[in-house]
Amino acid sequence: MPKSRNLAAALLSLAIFAVFVGAWHIATLPTAGTVMADTEYAKLLGTEAAGGQKSTVPGPKEVALNMWKQLKDPFYVRGTNDQGIGIQLAYSLARVGAGFVLAALVAIPLGFLIGMSPLIHQALNPFIQILKPISPLAWMPLALYTIKDSATSSIFVIFVCSIWPMLINTAYGVASVRKDWLNVAKTLEVGALRKAFTVILPAAAPTITTGMRISMGIAWLVIVAAEMLVGGTGIGYFVWNEWNNLSLTNVIFAIIMIGIVGMLLDFAFGRLQKLVTYVD
Amino acid sequence: MDSAFLKVEGLKKVFPAPKGKPSLTVFEDIHFTMVRGEFVCIVGHSGCGKTTILNVLAGLDTASDGVVIMDGREISGPSLDRGVVFQGHALMPWLTARANVAFAVKSRWPEYGATQVNEIADRHLEMVGLGGAGDKKPSELSGGMKQRVGIARAFAIQPKMLLLDEPFGALDALTRGTIQEELTRIVQATHQTVFMITHDVDEAILLADKILLMSNGPQARIAEIVVNTLPRDRTRYTIHKDPQYYPIRNHLVDFLVSRSKSFSEQPPADYDPKAPPEVRPGMVAAEVPPIVARAEAEARPVAVTAANVINLRH
Repeated sequence: MPKSRNLAAALLSLAIFAVFVGAWHIATLPTAGTVMADTEYAKLLGTEAAGGQKSTVPGPKEVALNMWKQLKDPFYVRGTNDQGIGIQLAYSLARVGAGFVLAALVAIPLGFLIGMSPLIHQALNPFIQILKPISPLAWMPLALYTIKDSATSSIFVIFVCSIWPMLINTAYGVASVRKDWLNVAKTLEVGALRKAFTVILPAAAPTITTGMRISMGIAWLVIVAAEMLVGGTGIGYFVWNEWNNLSLTNVIFAIIMIGIVGMLLDFAFGRLQKLVTYVD
Repeated sequence: MDSAFLKVEGLKKVFPAPKGKPSLTVFEDIHFTMVRGEFVCIVGHSGCGKTTILNVLAGLDTASDGVVIMDGREISGPSLDRGVVFQGHALMPWLTARANVAFAVKSRWPEYGATQVNEIADRHLEMVGLGGAGDKKPSELSGGMKQRVGIARAFAIQPKMLLLDEPFGALDALTRGTIQEELTRIVQATHQTVFMITHDVDEAILLADKILLMSNGPQARIAEIVVNTLPRDRTRYTIHKDPQYYPIRNHLVDFLVSRSKSFSEQPPADYDPKAPPEVRPGMVAAEVPPIVARAEAEARPVAVTAANVINLRH
């Protein structure tokens, strides 16, 4: 039953994709439209588009060809404003990775502390509640002013946005470790450090990795916006730069790449989650 | 009474009052002793504080008053001297059966290497009949097997006393019978001192040397101590054929059905909580002269020899 359903689902997915691409193709077919009045705009878009014979939005064929061209040579460098998609993605991933790891280094130990001590939980709760809903991008001007480096500032923004889900999930996971397991550790006179690593950590690991997965998802959303703001390098900057170049083909290409990388990141954390999940 | 291994004196537990209500004394004036190698069951209705008493003995809970002295030292917290088998098996689901036992072994002897730890763990798994299940996770084991791993874990640290909190409560009758039998065998081989909570009268008669009967809570106390005068080599297949069996069983059931309640309302005039009456309902029906049987009953727990203990230990 599941095997035949898998096949049916795959066929249905393909059909939906075909319909979507077909609709996209038809919508972007050249039309015999009116002549554009604004000559400046006509120059910008090229005479064909301005004349109405060609759509201003690229069709699926153009995007696919461009994608092939870009992916064939992802690591080229032709000056600061023209670098391959691989390089741009690598910049973004490095920033996300750095911010995320820093956040994990702070959030997981702190979450342990909050989860184990109701006093610390109560003392820190007001700060968490106020800081958590702040959009990470709101920190950007302050970060730029104090850090005085745009790359580091975007890492800081990633750090700020990844910390909350990890912190809250770790604290929750640690606080809800089953009393029985803690009692076992107690009757065996297990020391605090060994208890933390061999009982609490594995018990809370599924909740902690869920937090990490959520954090990574948010970080990947935020990095695009952050790089649009600070510029220079990265996939967010690439999108903005191509918009300034009015290359919608490249913008669409970048959108697809952001989606694919985000999916792969989520998939990786999904695997990690599966690895530490236990059946009770 | 100086030979007592465990002395419980004047134990009392009071739960603080919710606003505007009087505080709740679950039990008070609990006095009893255990000698080394003795198997004691505690029987009573829910709410009489059996689990709290066990948790105090384990060091997981503190009493409001009274002391517990084990082997000459006051119990003030959890210790590797006391192994606990929890009501829900309390195995760590991310560890294999072997690793669960090894966790305890490693806690007891941190200086041991991995090979030695695993070897001890395997030996104890074998002891409970789970020799081949070491690599299985708890989720792959049945309820009875899980509880067996819990028992292996408790035995593996070679505790001076074993505390069992209704360990077979969640098992089906058939499995329960098998594990009871195994437990009897292991306890007899190791001369382990055991304190166990049970709701099952037959289980108490099969396993225990002494059965503490608790009156109903609040303010529960030990109403009586029933001495099990059945020969110690009893098995669950032959036990009910002994003429002493039904008098003991009826005595226990009578207590649970009616006297546990009437005792709480109006204890007998000569009742002294410091020395609850010891009764031997089995002796009424027994053909053997009571004097001989009593001497036997008193001599029994002393028969602990070092050679026997080493047998199953290492």
